Amino acid sequence: MNTFDPKSIRSDFPVLSRRVNGRPLVYLDNAATTLKPQTVISAEMDYYQNFTSNIHRGVHTLSEEATDRYEAVREKARAFLNAHRSEQVIFTKGATEAINLVASAYGEAFLKAGDEIIISEMEHHSNIVPWQLLCERKGCVLKVAPMNDRGEIIFSEFQKLLNEKTRFVSLVYISNSLGTINPVKKLIKEAHKYEVPVLLDAAQAVNHFAVDVHDLNCDFLVFSGHKLFGPTGVGVLYGKKELLEAMPPYQGGGDMIASVTFKKTTFNTLPYKFEAGTPHIAGVIGLGAALDYVKEIGFEAISKYEQDLLEYGTEKLLTIDGLSLIGTASQKAAILSFTLPGIHPHDIGTIVNKEGIAIRTGHHCTQPVMAHFQIPATSRASLAFYNTYDEIDQLVSALKTVKTIFA
Amino acid sequence: MPDINELYQQTIIEHHKKPRNFGKLEHYTHHAEGYNPLCGDHLHVYLRVGADQIIQDVSFEGDGCAISRSSASLMTESLKGKPLNTAKELFNEFHDMLLKKLDPAKDPHHLGKLSIFAGIWQYPSRVKCASLSWHTMTGALEQKESVSTE
Repeated sequence: MNTFDPKSIRSDFPVLSRRVNGRPLVYLDNAATTLKPQTVISAEMDYYQNFTSNIHRGVHTLSEEATDRYEAVREKARAFLNAHRSEQVIFTKGATEAINLVASAYGEAFLKAGDEIIISEMEHHSNIVPWQLLCERKGCVLKVAPMNDRGEIIFSEFQKLLNEKTRFVSLVYISNSLGTINPVKKLIKEAHKYEVPVLLDAAQAVNHFAVDVHDLNCDFLVFSGHKLFGPTGVGVLYGKKELLEAMPPYQGGGDMIASVTFKKTTFNTLPYKFEAGTPHIAGVIGLGAALDYVKEIGFEAISKYEQDLLEYGTEKLLTIDGLSLIGTASQKAAILSFTLPGIHPHDIGTIVNKEGIAIRTGHHCTQPVMAHFQIPATSRASLAFYNTYDEIDQLVSALKTVKTIFA
Repeated sequence: MPDINELYQQTIIEHHKKPRNFGKLEHYTHHAEGYNPLCGDHLHVYLRVGADQIIQDVSFEGDGCAISRSSASLMTESLKGKPLNTAKELFNEFHDMLLKKLDPAKDPHHLGKLSIFAGIWQYPSRVKCASLSWHTMTGALEQKESVSTE
């Protein structure tokens, strides 16, 4: 596709024709979940309507079709991440489960009392709590790399935390509440000087630009399908082969075994060792359609358009008297978190919703970020490539209404 | 959906900006902390109840949205000087109104100014904002240290 046309793209998303409170829906909550194109909805439905069956065991036609379609998505995800081999792609129910998988399986096998784990101050709760639970179980120590007031990890502080006791680093690629794009390649390189593996939480990154695990040289990477225009309940864990192979299983059950007797069970090979039980087959197939969809539009066009929208949105929001942007990193994705003095974000959210505008208000599952800025919550407009300049104008106009009500 | 100004009436905005009975009460007999983990609203309610079971004084402090702050402010106004039984009765009526079980326009009630929250059932995600201070007050009277809406 040579020219990027948001108008024609919008027609791919059925829910965008909805009206909310009598007004056309303005969906600015893409960091919570993205909308789904018709192709994703149809792909899931296709499985249920035409080849419902379980995978990896049947010899009948439907099962073979479902298995082929399911495994084809693994290959698509491999290509999407530029991973070496498709068995490095493990399907999970989302980014959260993928982090828990690594914290449990890698943590149980390779971390011991006194070992240090580094995260950052801007992590989502899903990249804090699994490590805290691990620390409680094993006596490890959680270290937090601080950020500055623009919402950027302070590199020298991160360097200081790394030492011979550091055994794991887990970092967010893009902050969901600040929009910061972290210099992860540089941070990974630094951690590798101490031979410490690094997990990247790419939940907010995969929908904005191409993510290349080979180039980043990350050891693990996780993302959720529903933040990439795919279904809820499905996500991906990528891992380096030698690490995944060395890790014990996360859950036991069907499909993850080679043989079972009451005396001894031997485990299946990658990736099946980590996919116990019947997976979300329809969700994985839907994710495949989402990967096809973004590939067709192309990340070059997506990134450029979103950066233009971000620049426009930043400029327009700052015309509102008293508005403060929370998160002003030099490298940002199209996420605009803000506060208005004396007006609680929940009041802002309710009032703009009356005009059909969906934004997120609250702590965004990043309470330490709120603590850093000494605020209880923010309002957040998070953009996708189907959003328009006109929608940003509508948000600005609705925020002016909010100010009038509270004047 | 009703007009947004029906929810954000002048009284609500005014009590939000200048909450009555705001701050920690000296010589309180009852206290509880209320928390809505969903939105981070957080407040304390203090009461001084006499031997005659009359609420001699009541106050609140904390952070929150306009709905939760104005509701807390109006609650303290309506409870001051009232017997405990009346406080419980008001809680029940207020609660029923938030859940649309009581319509102040038709049903008998003693809510007075509190009836400005009558339309809130139309905003389900905001009902807890209006009820937080009342649950916290009830918790304080029942000797609970903290109250959560979840």
